[in-house]
Amino acid sequence: MNAPEYAVSDADFRTENPMAEFLRMERMPHIWCPGCGIGTVVTSFAEAIKAGGYDMDKIAVVSGIGCTGRVAGYVRFDSFHTTHGRAIPFATGLKLANPELKVVVISGDGDLTSIGGNHLIHAARRNMDLTVICVNNFTYGMTGGQVTPTTPNTANASTTPYGNYETPFSLPFLVDAAGATFVARWTSLHARNITQSIGQALKHKGFSFIEVIAPCTTLYQRRNRLGDGLDAMQYYHDDADIQHGADTRTVDIGYQGKIAMGKFVDRPRATYLEAVNDHYVNVIGDDYELYGKTPMEKKAEEEARKSASGEGEDPKACGGDDD
Amino acid sequence: MDGDHALAEGALAAGCRFFAGYPITPSTETAERFAERCPEVGGLFIQMEDEIASITANIGAVWGGQKVMTVTSGPGFSLMMETIGLACMMETPMVVADVQRVGPSTGLPTLTAQQDMMQVRWGSHGDYRIIALVPDSPQECFDLAVEAFNLSEIYRVPVFIMTDETVGHMHEKVVIPPAAEIKVVERNWYNGPKKDYRPYLYNGGKSIAPMVKAGDGYRFHSTGLTHDERGYPSLTPEDSKKVITHLIEKIDSNADKIIRTEDDGLEGADVVVVSYGITSRIAIRAVQVARKAGLKVGALRLITVWPFCEEKIRNLAPKVKAIVVPELNYGQIVLEVERCAGGKCKVISVNSCGGAVHDPEEILAAIKEGAR
Repeated sequence: MNAPEYAVSDADFRTENPMAEFLRMERMPHIWCPGCGIGTVVTSFAEAIKAGGYDMDKIAVVSGIGCTGRVAGYVRFDSFHTTHGRAIPFATGLKLANPELKVVVISGDGDLTSIGGNHLIHAARRNMDLTVICVNNFTYGMTGGQVTPTTPNTANASTTPYGNYETPFSLPFLVDAAGATFVARWTSLHARNITQSIGQALKHKGFSFIEVIAPCTTLYQRRNRLGDGLDAMQYYHDDADIQHGADTRTVDIGYQGKIAMGKFVDRPRATYLEAVNDHYVNVIGDDYELYGKTPMEKKAEEEARKSASGEGEDPKACGGDDD
Repeated sequence: MDGDHALAEGALAAGCRFFAGYPITPSTETAERFAERCPEVGGLFIQMEDEIASITANIGAVWGGQKVMTVTSGPGFSLMMETIGLACMMETPMVVADVQRVGPSTGLPTLTAQQDMMQVRWGSHGDYRIIALVPDSPQECFDLAVEAFNLSEIYRVPVFIMTDETVGHMHEKVVIPPAAEIKVVERNWYNGPKKDYRPYLYNGGKSIAPMVKAGDGYRFHSTGLTHDERGYPSLTPEDSKKVITHLIEKIDSNADKIIRTEDDGLEGADVVVVSYGITSRIAIRAVQVARKAGLKVGALRLITVWPFCEEKIRNLAPKVKAIVVPELNYGQIVLEVERCAGGKCKVISVNSCGGAVHDPEEILAAIKEGAR
């Protein structure tokens, strides 16, 4: 069989593509199906990074398992593809070990809210300085279309072949209640809004959560006879309304029902590390060395200390009081 | 100080400044010590929502540039198993201590056991190797914590300290040497050209790839999927063979360098008692009494249990009448001893379901049986 001919050569595609700066082009083509919404989210994420003028070396992307879990493997940042549900605790460790990083978790609804649900609410409670982007396609795509904690009531899935009888999570309400300080929702039709929202979330100090409603054409759409990707866009176009500041108790999504979207929550609260440092400064005082300084700051301090004391060892590093 | 506190001090001495953990009896004192000491030494302690989150946050912190440790006991150790596989697959240096208590399930939370010795070796799914050390005293908790960090950095592998409730809560004198006298192996950081960096090196375990951390501009990828040297998923049987062979051979082919044992009177012995951890200290008494009674008895203490000292047992078996293996479990490491002895001598298991250390008389009886 002859290789198909394209207007753009393979080499040009890999180097000249406007996304080449952000993607591991050597890994293309990706695994996502035609009509899938994940690619839109990746593009919006890249656009937000570009617009924000961030140092791309200081951005890390962490994903869990599933279709959206594959994002980490395609983006040209320090990136980690972890185990199912564990992107948030991994990201927590990464951020706390190296606080100068902007750590972004991109994963799916099954990964973040089912197996990883406990981690989601605790990271929100701690106001851990992470941006979590949840691509919610109402289904486990990679394993073949099973029901998830966000599948609307009555929708069909391979494990609810007679329709879903469980009550789904309304994710903005969940993370708001758990303590998230930035909460937004969009659909994958609203690419420019997603970009803008990710930009705001990256600037936000603390736990920011963006839910993107996106179609799974191969499984969710087909099993529920909802047509293809274009039909999903039509649905989002007709039934999604911007309701900035809406009470998150009111934004649940029924089967093919109205979708409230916008920035629901944006409130200031001390991040986890700010809380750690503020608290220790209060109770320990001047002896406490602020945790999470940048390596440059640490090095400068160390050199200042060395030149003051004439030696480089930290007397507290081991030993301590015997008991 | 007690063994649990000594573990925390050993970790701090080795340069560990990050500890994500979850409380569980009888290991909690280590987490508490860390929580107390961290603000004094520029470290960070975080109590996570469960053991899964704890060990996962630790892996994240390693890739953020820290040396990390967590501590747990049986039920928490079971929860960590999947992520231990991720740590092996991502070749992440880290230290995990299991202060063993009686299981299965919630079991006897406050009583001693050595029942997780096989779980640590085989507990996560798939083929992999780890290193496991067993301290028999609070002093050794300190010393082996440092050693565990060093081995984890050299081999880019999770290293386990398989202590137990008795050692964990036993108070003894612990000598902490001056910092300058403690041998600490630092991470092997990569410093070549950025474009040439490969987070993995699959050469059948001959060498271990140097590491970088996120934020240094290498923009590398790491995954729990089978991957190539760039860290990119590569789902082929050929690459799977390369990865697994490397993970196993980097430990197996260096087993001689890793394994530490302590022996006493093996030459000319008719019976050898093979033991580890707290059980070794009980075995000493039985060996002394047997020697007084005129029996030729040797003692072999395993400080490194995994990788197992196969050669040592293979060489010993034809020269002795019997090997006696007391353990605070229903017979776990005795299976390895039997395998390596290959029928060349009797192997006598002195098992205990845990909860209390052996009575030396039980071990003595087995020695006498072996000498017949």
